[in-house]
Amino acid sequence: MANLTQPQPNLADVQSPSFNKVIRSVITASSVGTLIEWYDFYIFGSLATIISTQFFPEDKSSAALLSTLAIFAAGFIVRPFGALVFGRLGDIVGRKYTFLLTLLLMGGSTFCIGLIPGYKTIGVAAPILVLILRLIQGLALGGEYGGAATYVAEHSPVGKRGFYTSWIQTTATLGLFLSLGVILGTRSIMGVEKFTEWGWRIPFIVSMLLVVVSVYIRLKMEESPLFSKLKKEGKTSTNPLKESFGKRENLKMVLLALFGAVMGQGVVWYTGQFYAQNFMETVAKIEFGQSRTIMLWAIAFATPFFVVFGWLSDQIGRKWIMLGGMALSILTVRPIYTEVLAITNPANKVEVESKRSVATDLKAIEGTANQIEKTTTIKTFEDGLVMKEVKTDTLYSSGAKALKPVTKVEKVVGSSDNNMLIFLVFIQIIYVTMVYGPIAAFLVEMFPIKIRYTSMSLPYHIGNGVFGGLVPFISTLIIEYTKTPENPAGNPLAGLWYPMGIAAVSLVIGLIYLNNKVDAEVMDNENAYLHHNK
Amino acid sequence: MKALRKYLGIVWLLLGPGSILFLAMQAAKKLSMPTSTVNDTLQWSIIIGIFVPIAFGLMIFGWYALQGEYDEAEA
Repeated sequence: MANLTQPQPNLADVQSPSFNKVIRSVITASSVGTLIEWYDFYIFGSLATIISTQFFPEDKSSAALLSTLAIFAAGFIVRPFGALVFGRLGDIVGRKYTFLLTLLLMGGSTFCIGLIPGYKTIGVAAPILVLILRLIQGLALGGEYGGAATYVAEHSPVGKRGFYTSWIQTTATLGLFLSLGVILGTRSIMGVEKFTEWGWRIPFIVSMLLVVVSVYIRLKMEESPLFSKLKKEGKTSTNPLKESFGKRENLKMVLLALFGAVMGQGVVWYTGQFYAQNFMETVAKIEFGQSRTIMLWAIAFATPFFVVFGWLSDQIGRKWIMLGGMALSILTVRPIYTEVLAITNPANKVEVESKRSVATDLKAIEGTANQIEKTTTIKTFEDGLVMKEVKTDTLYSSGAKALKPVTKVEKVVGSSDNNMLIFLVFIQIIYVTMVYGPIAAFLVEMFPIKIRYTSMSLPYHIGNGVFGGLVPFISTLIIEYTKTPENPAGNPLAGLWYPMGIAAVSLVIGLIYLNNKVDAEVMDNENAYLHHNK
Repeated sequence: MKALRKYLGIVWLLLGPGSILFLAMQAAKKLSMPTSTVNDTLQWSIIIGIFVPIAFGLMIFGWYALQGEYDEAEA
C-alpha cells in the first residue's frame, strides 16, 4: 500500500498500483468539486438575461443597481476577499475541511437562487436575496481553487506535479462546458417559453445533487499529507495573512506571481473563452445557439491540452509554456478576430437573390392610432450564410416613421465557416491551455506549505477575477470610445488592446524576472519558495 | 540582465500611479457624459476601488526590483 501519509511519495510508491489508485481518487475528489463550483458560478452568468428579467427589472432603478453589484462585486471584489478568508482558514485548519466548506457554500447558494420567488412576487427582497447569494458564490469560489490545487499538488510526487494539477485546471473550462450543455439541453427539452418562465431554475436546483455527491467523495479523503505533518509538528502558521503579505520575502513572490504570470494568464483565458463568445454574439451577430455550439466544440477539442501542457511543464519547466501562450495570444489574437469578422461579413459574399424573403407585420399600439411595423428580411448567401434582419419601426398616424428604427441582425453561418469558427476559437483555447495548464503547479511551488493556500489564492483571483473578469467590460468600453458620427459602429477590434496590453506587460515581467526551474521540494523546508529565485 | 531587472523597476514604479491617473481620467470623462447614470458611477467606483490597491502593488514590485530583490532570478 502506498504510504500517502508520508510527506513525499518515493519512486516505489509512485509506481505501485495502490499509489495510482489513491492519487486518482485525490484528483477525482478535488476536480469534481471544483468543476461543480465553476458550473455553479457560470450558470448565473449564462442565464444573466433571464435572471435580470426575473429579479432585476430594468425599470426599477434600485434593482438595476443591485444587478450591477451582483455582476461586478461577486467577480471582482468578493473573489479576492474569499481567497483571503478561506486561504487563511486552509492554512490554519487544513485544506480538506476548507474546500469542503467552500463547496457547501457554493452549492447551497446556487440551490437557493433556484428557489427564490421573482421580483413580481416578493418585490425588492428578491434582488437583495439574489445579491447576497451571489456574493456567497464569489466568496466560495475565491476559496475553492487554491485549496484544490494545493491539495492535489501536496499529494503529487516530484516530476508529476504539473501533470496531476493540470486535471484541476481542466475544471474551469469543463464547468463552462457543463453549464452551457445543461442550459441548452434543458431549453431544448422544455421549449424556450417554459424555460424562460420557470425551467431556468432547473440548472440551479440540479447543482445540489452534484454537490451532495461531491461532498460525499471529499469527506472520504484524508487531509494533505504535507499539511498533516506540519500540523503534527506544530509548525502551522498562526497568522497566514501577516506572513504572506507582511513579510518582504513572501510579498515579493506574491507580486511576481501576479504581475509576471497570473495577470497575463487571466486576460488570455477570458479572451479565449468569454470574449470570444461575446464577440461572436454581439459584434459578429452569430445566432445564440450556433455561437454556443461553436464554443462547446472548441472547448471539447482543446480541453485535453490542459493535461498535455501540464505534463510538458514537468519536462521542460513552466515558464516558457506559459509565456509562449501569452506571446502567441498577443501576436495572433487580432488576425483571429479579423478573420471572424471577415467570415461573417455579408459584404464579402454573394447573395442568392431568388431565396430572399421579406415579410412585414403591422401591430397597433394600444390607446393610440400609431402602429409598430416589423419587417423581417431573410437573405441567403452562396456559401450557406443565412442572415435574418428584423427592423422594428413606429408608424405614426401622420404617416411619419420613427427617426431611429431598431434593427436586429442574426446570422447562421454555413457548415465550412462554422468549422472555421470552431477552429479559430479552438486556437484561442489552446493558448488558454498553455497559460493555464501549468499555473497551479507554478503557484504551489512558489510558496511554503504553511502559507501556501493564502499566498497562491490571492494573486490567482486578482489575476483571473479582476484582470480577466474585466475583459468583456473594458473591451466593450474601448469599442464605445472609437464610435464617431462618421463611424457609429466604432472599431470592433479596438477592444482587444486591453487583453493584448495587459498580456504584454505580464510577458515582459515574466521574461525578465521569472526563472524556469521546477521546484523539487514542494514538501519544503520553510524557505523552499526561495528556490524559485535562486 | 541584473541591471535591466533593476532599472526596469523604475518603469513599474511609474506605471502604478500612471495607471491610476489614466483610470481616473477615463472615469471622469465617462461620468461627465449626459447619458451617464448612477449605475455607471457605481461601476467606475468599483473598478477604481479594486485597481488602486493593485497599482500600489505594482509600485511595490517596482521598488523591490529597484532594490535588487529579484536579482537572483535565472532564466
